[in-house]
Order: sequence, then C-alpha cells, then structure tokens
Amino acid sequence: MAKVSPKKTPMQEQPPKERIKNYDEVPFGYTNEEAVLEALRCLQCKNPVCIEGCPVEIDIKGFIDFIAKKKFQDGVILLKEKNILPAICGRVCPQEEQCEQKCIMGKKNEPVAIGRLERFLADWERNHGVIEIPEIPKPTGKKVAIVGAGPAGITVAADLARWGHKVDMFEALHQPGGVLVYGIPEFRLPKEIVFKEIDFLIKLGVNIYTDRVIGMIQSIDELLSEYDAVFLGTGAGLPWFLEVPGENLNGVYSANEYLTRANLMKAYLFPKYKTPIVRGKRVATVGGGNVAMDCARTALRLGAEKSILIYRRAKEQMPARDEEIHHAEEEGVIFQLLSNPAAFHGDKNNWVKEVECVRMKLGEPDDSGRRRPVPIDGANFRMPIDLAVIAIGNSPNPLVPSVTPGLKVEKWGNIKTDLETGKTSIKGVFAGGDVATGAATVILAMGAGRIAARGIQEYLETGKW
Amino acid sequence: MAKIINKKQIAPNIHQCEVEAPLIASKALPGQFLIAIPNEFSERTPMTISDWDTKKGTVTFIFLEIGASTEVMSKLKKGDEFYSFTGPLGKAYDVDRYGTVGLIAGCYGIGAIYPAAKAFKAKGNKVISYSEARSNFLLYWNDKLEEVSSEVRYATVDGSLGKKGHAYDLLEDDLKAGMKFDRIIAVGCSYLMYRVSQLTRPYNIKTIVSMNTVMIDGTGMCGACRLVVGNKTKFACVDGPHFDGHQVDWDIVLSRRKAYLEEEIISKERW
Repeated sequence: MAKVSPKKTPMQEQPPKERIKNYDEVPFGYTNEEAVLEALRCLQCKNPVCIEGCPVEIDIKGFIDFIAKKKFQDGVILLKEKNILPAICGRVCPQEEQCEQKCIMGKKNEPVAIGRLERFLADWERNHGVIEIPEIPKPTGKKVAIVGAGPAGITVAADLARWGHKVDMFEALHQPGGVLVYGIPEFRLPKEIVFKEIDFLIKLGVNIYTDRVIGMIQSIDELLSEYDAVFLGTGAGLPWFLEVPGENLNGVYSANEYLTRANLMKAYLFPKYKTPIVRGKRVATVGGGNVAMDCARTALRLGAEKSILIYRRAKEQMPARDEEIHHAEEEGVIFQLLSNPAAFHGDKNNWVKEVECVRMKLGEPDDSGRRRPVPIDGANFRMPIDLAVIAIGNSPNPLVPSVTPGLKVEKWGNIKTDLETGKTSIKGVFAGGDVATGAATVILAMGAGRIAARGIQEYLETGKW
Repeated sequence: MAKIINKKQIAPNIHQCEVEAPLIASKALPGQFLIAIPNEFSERTPMTISDWDTKKGTVTFIFLEIGASTEVMSKLKKGDEFYSFTGPLGKAYDVDRYGTVGLIAGCYGIGAIYPAAKAFKAKGNKVISYSEARSNFLLYWNDKLEEVSSEVRYATVDGSLGKKGHAYDLLEDDLKAGMKFDRIIAVGCSYLMYRVSQLTRPYNIKTIVSMNTVMIDGTGMCGACRLVVGNKTKFACVDGPHFDGHQVDWDIVLSRRKAYLEEEIISKERW
C-alpha cells in the first residue's frame, strides 16, 4: 500500500490575479483520481468520531469508503440520505470546526478533506446527469407549510417530503434559496448549483411558491387553518449598522444590500441586468466574518483598486473561516485590523469620501471568550474611500413575529424555540435556523431544520404539544 | 399568474396596469405597495397599489416610464406575465375619522391617493384631494378621484387647469385663506412631500408622507430604503412607507434619491 500523505490532497484553484477579474468559482474541485487518493487517506475508524461533528449526521466514513472504491453513485445515495444540499455544504460548511476537527487523522497530520470529498460526490452526480430520486412513501395526508426557502426550510421540506407529507414552501423573494442565493457570492457558490439542489426538492414533490411574504399576504393563523404544521425559517434578515455619524451617506451599504444587489439581482452583470451597484475604487468593508470576506472579495471583482477590511479586533479573533481569510489575503484584500469606524465623512453631494477610524487595543476577554477591543483615545485616523459596506451582522427578521400575536421572541428578536423539537410558543408552529439562533452558518440552520423536521414528525403523529 | 388583464397609457409616459393577483387583491389596504419585476433582467420595482377588485381578483397600479425597468414594463402587453409580482408590502394608512383630510398628490401619487380618499371618505371624513401635473393633459383619474373625494382641487404648472403652479402652492393659498385640515397626506416626488411638510409645520397639522425611497427586497432585509425619522434610522419598506413629514430628515432623503442617476442613464443608453 502506498504511503498515506500527511497532508490533504490539494484542490486546484484559479490563481488569485486571474480570479479577481471574474466571478467564476475559485476552487475547481477534485478530479476522480484526486478524490480517490484523498478518500484512501481515511482510516475507516471502527468508531468514527467525524460524524459527531456533523450537525446533520452524515455517514462520512461510509461515503468516503464508496469513493475509495470508486463507487461514486453509491456514495451519492448514502450522502443524500442525510444531506439534501451536499454540493452546497461541501463548499460553505466550516468543516474545520466540525467533522474535520474530530477526524483522527487530524491529531498528527491534516485531517481527511471531508468537505472536498462531499463536494466531489455532489458535483460528480450533477455532472453525470443522473439524479436519483429516493422512493417516497404513500402520502400521509398531512400538510406542512414552510416559511422561507433558505437552508433551514429546505432541510425541513426535504425530510418531511421523504416521509410522505405534503409540503408547500413560501419564499418572499423571487427565487428560492435564501442566503444561498442573495448572500453567498457566485465565486464561492455558483447559483446554478443551488438551483440544481432545489430542483431535487421539487422532484421530491415539494411545491415552492415565490413572491409570498408570509405575515403580509397570509398570516400564521391562516396557514394553520390550512396546514397541520408550520415551520418558520425566515432567516436573519435585519442588518445591523454601526450607528455612527455619516452612515446614511450615499455609498454606504449594508452587507445585505451590497450582496443582494451583486448576487440575487446580478448587478455584477450590469447593465445587462438592470440593478445598479456602486463600483467603488477604494472600498472599506467593516467586519471580520465570512460575510465581510465575501463583500471585500466582491469589491475586487467589481473593479476596486483597494479593498480594505476594517476589523476592530486582531486577525486571530476574526470569526471568518481560515479558508476565507486566506483567499481574501491572496487576492489582495488589505486588513486594517484593530480599527473601528467612528464616522463617515461625505462630499458636498452627500457621497462618502472618508472613513474615520479609532484605533483599538485588546483588553480583557468578553462573554464570547475573545479579548474585548478597547478604543485608544485620541488615536483617530482617516482613510479616503468611495464605498463602505457594513458587514457586522444581522438580527432575525422581525416581520413574522411583529404581526403574529403570541409568537414569543427573545432579547435579540430571535423566535423562542425548544432546542430539541423546534417548537415555538404557538401550537403547531415550529422555527429554526437564523431566525431562532441569530445569524450563524448554513449547516447550523440545516441542523436546526433536521431537528425541527423530527419535532414536526412527532407532532403530526401524536398531536401532542 | 400575475398576468396583465389591462394596460393603457393614461397620459404621456404614465401607464395604468391591471394585473391578475387574487391573493394580493384580497389583502390590499390603502397605502400599501407591491414589488414588480417585468423580466429576468429588471430591477425589483416598488409600486403603490392604486386600486383593487377582490371579485375579479386584480390589482391596479400606476407607473411612470422613467428608468430601464419601467421602460420594459411599459412594453408589456395584455396577457403578458410579470417575472415576479409581490405584495402587499408596507403598512397601510391609519384610516380613522379625523375631520377634514387633505390628500396632496402628483405623478404616480394621484393613483396612490385614490384608495386613500375612498377609505377616508367611507370613515366619514371630509376629503379634499389636490392633484397636480405640469399640464392638464398629464393629469389622470380626475373622474375617479372626484367620485371618492368631497372636492378635488387642481394645480398645473402651465395653468391649463386650476391653479397655475404646484399643488403645494395651491395648498399654501388655501391655508392662508383659512382652510382647516385635521390631517394632510402627501404622495409624489420627494420634493413635493418635502414642500408640503414645510408648509404645514407652522399650522401644526399632522402631515403624513409616503416615502418612495430606493428599495430592493422590500421586506426589511437590505436597508437600501433607510431614512432618518425623528433621529432614528427607519426602513421605509417595513416601518413605513408612511412617516410624519415633520420628523423626516429631508436632506438625507433628497440626496439618497439621486444616488443612481448615472447608472440609470447608462442602463437606458447601452441596452
């Protein structure tokens, strides 16, 4: 047997200088040979711990074994039993904190590249044109409404459809996918992949109604009169701002606005697509998470000469994935660390022209365990910019709770849910994903969706609340 | 779905469009809006709902052919379907019995105040509608508006009908002449709403303006439509679109309106 490499089999990707000039996906994915090579690194542990790190409990060992044996189709079927969106999760899950963190190989060497292998199988299936549809049991006669066609809702819908329930899904925007479509950029997650995975959902028999803002067009009460249960997966739609002077100048976007223009509305193809977007030459993105990286990298692709990331702590405390930080650095994003905007200054036409920052130092750890940033008095400085993007987070979307009496929310506006079932304070109504937890990751929303699906299943069977 | 049942140009570059949308028609309230996308390439375009028919299951809105997306919309024909059609969105007017209500409108706003006039009148208010345009031939829905208002007063910039000047000039005359209002609502371009708000302030008349800021999703997700009202940032799409005109920071509103002028021109010229 050949010697097993201590490192992950590398995945080929577009060189940084080239890729910042296009919107195409950065990594190419494994070839069949590379995938088999990587799969052979898996120790096939008797008691695999990787699965413990997976919020949706994928049989990781199992699908990797199929890859090693070149039985790709079998691998796909096994993978999709637990994960309806493998092409997406393989790309955007933080595997380094989940399955790969648990991987035994990772103790001494690099862990098995589980995410890349997951992506490989999903891409293999898509490129081979045979999408296997699992057998669907006889209809149970139960109907469930899913509000919000993002990662949480998609997972709930897929599980319930596979268990024989009739599922109708309502999406506020004109395309299903939620953050996968409006938020995550094409170069990180091609939309064609998202739509293919959503097609799978439709093939399972799920009806998707776009352009339906639940809370406006139909109340939760009205849904309950028509459906046996309702799931709310309406996401973290309310953008936070810094609340500093000058934030309402022209040329200051929330990350949601910037990314929605670029991705959902395809402003990167302006003027073929008519939605405009400010193409800044000097762009400041404020924040240190994955969304901030997406914005800073989008700015480069939209022609920025300088894309500056302003973050109030040090690089080590950034919440973004290492891979995203690495890609941003490679592409030339400038990291202005330990700095926090104090104000934006405008020109005579009210367009942003400067950001004024206060320098920060690290103090004692805060609730999150990270060292708290403390401003240094009198150490303000200014940078010329012509576009600013505020990517400091989002609150749960308040629309449904605001028009639904009896639906309890917690301090930050998140819908109060039972962690084991997804039950809310209203009988028959479940919730999960960012609207319940606050802004998090795609896979955590999917995990919450899986839990809620089981909760709904039990409720449909027993009627117990 | 969202099929065009009727569409006509009711004045140069002003179109009236009736769309099959039974769910929206069953829920619409005066002051709410919808977001329409005529084809895959177009913008999400907010439109005030001007009329609806629950029996027929249709909604009607008025739009101005002004940018690339509304140009596409203007070319749609009876029987065509919208790529996307979402509503109702936003809050409705607070319709109560105030006494005398003045509705000041220009442009698409004339259509927008029609359901408001109807609702306020039904509540027992005296409704005085003000309708303005550059010239007589640019006014529309005069008959409809007269039917649901106690009185309709006209202003045209060229003096071809009613007062020579703007609706706010006419309102100014009326206020000076001692006409009393318990509530004023202004709908139209930002400048009209700004002027009306300035005008009514010294008279202490509660004045509601219906903001038509730039919007994308229309569900409170992006913040493109934000404005400052009473020193607080508000989102026109979900907190509004109706706000107290005396509390709105008009400098921000007027400058944000112009943000995409250059792109509008490119978009129209190149494609």
